Amino acid sequence: MADEEKTEIKPEAKREVKAALERSSDAAIARARRDLAIRTGALVGGLVVVVVVINIFSNGAFLTPGNLTNVLRQITYNAILAIGQTFVIITAGIDLSVGSLIELTGVVMAQFANAMPFSGFPLIVATLVVGVAVGCTAGLVNALPVVRLNLPPFITTLAMMLMARGLAFKLANGRPIALNSNAFDGMGTGFLFEDILHRVGLPGIPIAVLWMAVLVAVFAIILIRTPFGRYVFAIGGNEEAARLAGINVKLIKTAVYVISGGCAAIAGLLYMARFASGSPNTGIGSELQSIAAVVVGGTSLAGGRGSVIGTFFGALLIGLLNNVMNLLNIESYTQDIVLGAVILLAVIVDELRKRYLSR
Amino acid sequence: MSEPDASGAPLLRMSGIVKTFPGVRALDGVSLEVVRGEVHALVGENGAGKSTLMKVLAGAYRADAGTIEIDGKPVTIDGPRAAEAYGIGMIYQEFNLVPDLGVVENILLGHEPVHGLFLDRAEALRQATATVTELGIVLPFDRPARRLSVAQQQMVEISKALVRKARLVVMDEPTAALTERETDALFALIRKLKAQGVAFVYISHRLEELPRISDRITVIRDGKTIETRPTAQMPPDDLIRLMVGRTLDAHFPDVPAVAADAPVVLHVGGLSALTGPNDVSFDVRAGEIVGLAGLVGAGRTEIVRAIAGADLASAGEVDVAGKRVILRGPHSAIKAGIALITEDRKAQGLVLNMSVRENTTLAHLDEYTRGIFVDRAAETKITAHEIAELRIRTPNGEQIVRNLSGGNQQKVVLAKWLIGQAKVFLFDEPTRGIDVGAKAEIYTLMLELLKRGAAIVMVSSELPEVLGMSHRILVVREGRVRAEFARADATPDKIIAVATGVAA
Repeated sequence: MADEEKTEIKPEAKREVKAALERSSDAAIARARRDLAIRTGALVGGLVVVVVVINIFSNGAFLTPGNLTNVLRQITYNAILAIGQTFVIITAGIDLSVGSLIELTGVVMAQFANAMPFSGFPLIVATLVVGVAVGCTAGLVNALPVVRLNLPPFITTLAMMLMARGLAFKLANGRPIALNSNAFDGMGTGFLFEDILHRVGLPGIPIAVLWMAVLVAVFAIILIRTPFGRYVFAIGGNEEAARLAGINVKLIKTAVYVISGGCAAIAGLLYMARFASGSPNTGIGSELQSIAAVVVGGTSLAGGRGSVIGTFFGALLIGLLNNVMNLLNIESYTQDIVLGAVILLAVIVDELRKRYLSR
Repeated sequence: MSEPDASGAPLLRMSGIVKTFPGVRALDGVSLEVVRGEVHALVGENGAGKSTLMKVLAGAYRADAGTIEIDGKPVTIDGPRAAEAYGIGMIYQEFNLVPDLGVVENILLGHEPVHGLFLDRAEALRQATATVTELGIVLPFDRPARRLSVAQQQMVEISKALVRKARLVVMDEPTAALTERETDALFALIRKLKAQGVAFVYISHRLEELPRISDRITVIRDGKTIETRPTAQMPPDDLIRLMVGRTLDAHFPDVPAVAADAPVVLHVGGLSALTGPNDVSFDVRAGEIVGLAGLVGAGRTEIVRAIAGADLASAGEVDVAGKRVILRGPHSAIKAGIALITEDRKAQGLVLNMSVRENTTLAHLDEYTRGIFVDRAAETKITAHEIAELRIRTPNGEQIVRNLSGGNQQKVVLAKWLIGQAKVFLFDEPTRGIDVGAKAEIYTLMLELLKRGAAIVMVSSELPEVLGMSHRILVVREGRVRAEFARADATPDKIIAVATGVAA
């Protein structure tokens, strides 16, 4: 009976599937195209409008290679913070501590680097390891009450935000700690391919921007292509279903906070290199900037949806806006108003997009 | 049937009520009459339509057809407010109290007396006291609702109904969580209100308590009113026969007998959990389906969840093919070869925002990983295979699961477990809310699993399904296995009798 049934079902099933394909693939493709069109349309359209208008108003100061390179360098810290934040937010969490962790890791790394007897490349590596260890540990402390006691991450990371900032101030006695070594100068202010690019009239690629590019690429691939990334989405989409599928939810959730702490440490390193000092008050408001980049980049605060690439473009859009407003001599209070409005607009557009697609 | 009172019309008359949900005709012309001052019991199997009928009365659902008359006048109940205005009070099994508000605030919720702009607390206290005194009960006014006992919370609910001048109170399983003594107190209270002319619709699965409290009984089945009789003329045997009263109408495939030498694949011994299972023991052999029958809330779901590690067991053991399973979470159970196909697929079975492919491989992603990356080609291949095999109606594996119909979503859940090497399949309400065609396909699939030597445990609230598909049937009540029937001996009457506590 078994064999008869099998030979009977299979062709029938194939026909069924084929028919279903023919019926609905057109609609599905149309919908996917519509989705893509709206998403890229919103992003690219937003960028183009901004770029053109601005360039006119800034008398051409905006669309210069030098200025654009500068924008990229300015968004480096926020983009790197926002990468870790993206992972956390996709699991339907939030990390408010990243701004303070830039400060804490910056101060610790500066003190560490000053205390070391060696310099050069080994110092950079050792300092990076120490900073990332501090950041990841803070992330672990953020995560444990969340996964063990089911406390809201809003509270645990808020507490970490206060503790890390306080600790950074105490360690640094309230003042920036100047770096003694010049090992970090290249990382902070150096350019790559400067000679070659100068010949064709372009500036070099800032080394910090290279760090950002590598991190965006690596974490984008981790999120899209690895089982870990898949589990991050699954937990954000339906934590109970993920648990019942045998996924170690606690481990994955812990990992995203650790990643976020680690990203904050790398941002802290670049910040320290840029200003040749570890400072306890550089990160104020950075956590909100990173959340803004994530949200503008299309990641859902409800979890289960988002991308690292989107986050990068979110950070870029915000960076361009800031740059432009500076070029137009708009005072900083007005800048905040505009920025707030843009974030609100981004979320509204995203919501309308979802409604349009679910029709 | 009912005797109209002096005014000539019953308090409530619902007639020809029809309510359909996509794919289900939940109410198919139900009628119900309640006169003043009576306790009218409404009984029926799980899914007979009791709750739906009461939700129509409460204004939570709009009926597709039929009329509702109050005091002989046709009315439209289009929302909870309207129900309240007509004097209908609902007390659901899950109470609707605000946990952190006090007793007085809860009783008067939405009806707070005001003095100008401000709450009139003295008047509130007076009204609440008056109501409670009238009921002849004592409630700790100084405590928030969450700190009251279940019985006290119920008293608050009744007080709420009375403050709203309810003339007809609907109680859904009011004694389910009460002790013997609390039940006595509740019955005394009901009798007292009855004497004042308040009528009750009393929904209960505890058939043995009906002679103590109800005046008449209406049996509904498959969304139809079967019969209404005075309680005194309704012996338990008749009642059960009326509740079950159907032949096995669904078409089930022939379930092949279990081979005489089939090994035990699943052994459960003395399993207990805080969620309800209490010293549960049974074995399932290769090629065997064991059905878990019982009422909603009897603890069947909790038993399979404990076996699958979804809830932590507090005692007991589970063996799969002779090997002890570490009961420390879903992961170890899955590794041991246990697959739990959960009851609520949207909440527990699927990540709705993910594609068919991503859901299919979710529990076995390590088998579809090459190096550190997910092997998408392999995923796509296995998903296409499952789509064809299970006849999942989807354009392709990239379709988001949210966009599929219920039956096809259920098939995706099945696909998720079929691609693994599970030896034990725990099906919790596998066919709830899916259409007849998909049901038949799922039954066929179960037989396919049996042929592969799997052991199946099936929780189902549909008696025909349990009787039609199981080799053996275990009846569960209050977390314990109360009786075991071989397929040949099992009848709906026997199962209902054990499940409702009429028989041991």
